[in-house]
Amino acid sequence: MAKTKKNISWDLSPAPESAGHVTIDKRYELFIDGKFVPPATKKYFKTVNPATEEVLSEIALAGDKDIDKAVKAARKAYENTWSKISAAERGKYIYRIARLLQERAREFAVIETLDGGKPIRESRDVDVPLAASHFFYHAGWADKLDYAFANTSPTSLGVVGQIIPWNFPLLMAAWKIAPALACGNTVVLKPAETTSLTALKLAELIRDAGLPDGVVNIVTGAGDTGKALVEHPDVNKIAFTGSTAVGKMIRQSLAGTPKKLTLELGGKAANIVFEDAAIDQAVEGIVNGIYFNQGHVCCAGSRLFVEESVADEVIRKLKHRMNHLIVGDPMDKNTDVGAINSKGQLQTIEKYLKAGEKDGFEMYQSQAAIPKKGFWCKPTLFTNVSQSSIISKEEIFGPVLAMQTFRTIDEVIDKANNTPYGLSAGVWTDKGSKIFNLTTRLQAGVVWANTFNKFDPTSPFGGYKESGFGREGGIHGLSAYLNFQG
Amino acid sequence: MALNMIDLTTLEGKDTAGKVRQLCHKAAHLHHGFPDLPNVAAVCVYPTFVKLAKSLVADKGIKVASVATAFPSGQSFLKYKLEETKEAVSEGADEIDMVISRGRFHQGEYAYVFDEISAVKEACGKARLKVILETGELGNLDAVYFASQIAIAAGADFIKTSTGKIKPAATMPVTLVMLEAIRDHYHETGKMVGMKPAGGISNAKLALHYLIMVKETLGEAWLTNEWFRFGASSLANDLLKQLVKQETGIYQSANYFALD
Repeated sequence: MAKTKKNISWDLSPAPESAGHVTIDKRYELFIDGKFVPPATKKYFKTVNPATEEVLSEIALAGDKDIDKAVKAARKAYENTWSKISAAERGKYIYRIARLLQERAREFAVIETLDGGKPIRESRDVDVPLAASHFFYHAGWADKLDYAFANTSPTSLGVVGQIIPWNFPLLMAAWKIAPALACGNTVVLKPAETTSLTALKLAELIRDAGLPDGVVNIVTGAGDTGKALVEHPDVNKIAFTGSTAVGKMIRQSLAGTPKKLTLELGGKAANIVFEDAAIDQAVEGIVNGIYFNQGHVCCAGSRLFVEESVADEVIRKLKHRMNHLIVGDPMDKNTDVGAINSKGQLQTIEKYLKAGEKDGFEMYQSQAAIPKKGFWCKPTLFTNVSQSSIISKEEIFGPVLAMQTFRTIDEVIDKANNTPYGLSAGVWTDKGSKIFNLTTRLQAGVVWANTFNKFDPTSPFGGYKESGFGREGGIHGLSAYLNFQG
Repeated sequence: MALNMIDLTTLEGKDTAGKVRQLCHKAAHLHHGFPDLPNVAAVCVYPTFVKLAKSLVADKGIKVASVATAFPSGQSFLKYKLEETKEAVSEGADEIDMVISRGRFHQGEYAYVFDEISAVKEACGKARLKVILETGELGNLDAVYFASQIAIAAGADFIKTSTGKIKPAATMPVTLVMLEAIRDHYHETGKMVGMKPAGGISNAKLALHYLIMVKETLGEAWLTNEWFRFGASSLANDLLKQLVKQETGIYQSANYFALD
């Protein structure tokens, strides 16, 4: 037999996931009333793979007329079918969506990664399975709402307009559609313009699941499309996930109307490490908190607070760990940090990097080589940051961590709460009493203890202050899609 | 390559000269189809077989490791443990795999554990000392980290997870914590300490996971058999199976690989 190779390299070889099994059409139309229809605007926009800058497909741009058509279809479906069939029947449809999504998990993961730039490891292990579990979870609630909210006679709202962001395109669609359907509403959903593909694939899947026409409508476009949906008079509720700036505009526009509203907006989460924490574990959590999904996470742990006595150790271990993050081809199964979602977002992040440097903070970037083409940002750590700086105040939505040190518990709680946001927080300590002290005093919708970025459909998620209101997931999430009497 | 990081091991009450002879032959002739393959790093046997093993593999660049100190329980008197260690070294053992006194550790007698390891280290002379923590009996990862620190401070050349007699043996979390102890020690003193996960690593894919963990935690300097070993008896055959598959494109049945 042949000789075996003697030269040993310990570098990882490429391990690309195949895209050969997925089909992406050249053009996608709007999904209205159970059919794919061309937009009245006759306009299309391109969607790009942020890792290669290649155009993947063209997407229909929905205008006012299209939105009107979609809302009418949703209204008709609500009046004629969806509110008439039994709750158990609704549950069956949602279970069917969940199962189909599991069956086609690989296809959805690949498209999510191609369109959004997130590592295939994350879309495969997080986005798609979690999306399916949201459908499963809410399918179970469909015929049990009377028990979830005893003596309140919960009823559906009607037509729900939903607008979702580009960071977890399929998962956010699932977060929105699953509870809305379970509670008996019909849906008009608008995905973000840079990441419409998996929502449109979900539309195909919903059609294949045999859902009655018009129960779910998916309309694509940018801000104006979203505005048209928000302002449509026949929508009963708007659910929005996205930036705080847009959230404020929506709230202003809905003021004085009977429309219900839930907002899930930005964040600037404090991730707090005490000296008694398991430091190596905390470092993993810090990395997960800010570099997961390139930091495009509204609940990202973007402000790191470390007790001064262990600051040097944490910085040293964090830098060491950062250098083991593999930045590059999102389709490679070894990749930890993928491409920045869009050129615009990359420019925003770079603006903040410059601001941090200009303020004189110490900037450290991982030494990973990054591809020439596409939109990339190395994992970045700013140390000795002050509370008053832009990078510790504003949401960057990128792989940029601003670290401060603290001395006492009161000090760190004050600093952690000293932000207009209040979506999430993390606490790292070996001591249970410290955890309970902090969880009661931190103004954040979610507080993770000795972990970070853990999601589950049974657990409500949502914000305090300018991070929004209303909850998604769990029983709390259902109540956002129901009216109550009594 | 993972093959030459293996301590090919037989540690059974029913071990005989014949069994050890077979193991030693395998250590130097892993697969008849690949005469150019490297040998394993060492054979690991009970003290009574050190002399025999040494006579069979010494000229092939394979080391002989002997367990000692009342392996696997360690429940004996220090003076006998030291005697046993010295005897094994004088019979030709290049490496000694000792066990720590877990009972004493659980009683909080950390100084005793430390002193015992340093005494054995002294008894080893030139032989390298691997300290088995038997992590499956330690209870939690904090204890694993602390025991690693004690062993390293007392002079261990290697720290090793398990005897192979207790389940769970080597696991990835336990190994990671031990690697972190080594890394923290290296950061403070600049001294390298070796790592040997043992027991339960029986296939190539899992071995690869461990190697990546070593690479990411400690760096490539540790990826030689001087600083990293697998304590395993069946891993070699799975590695061979994968090599043959790479060459031929076909998985062979286990019958094509010698059981030793």
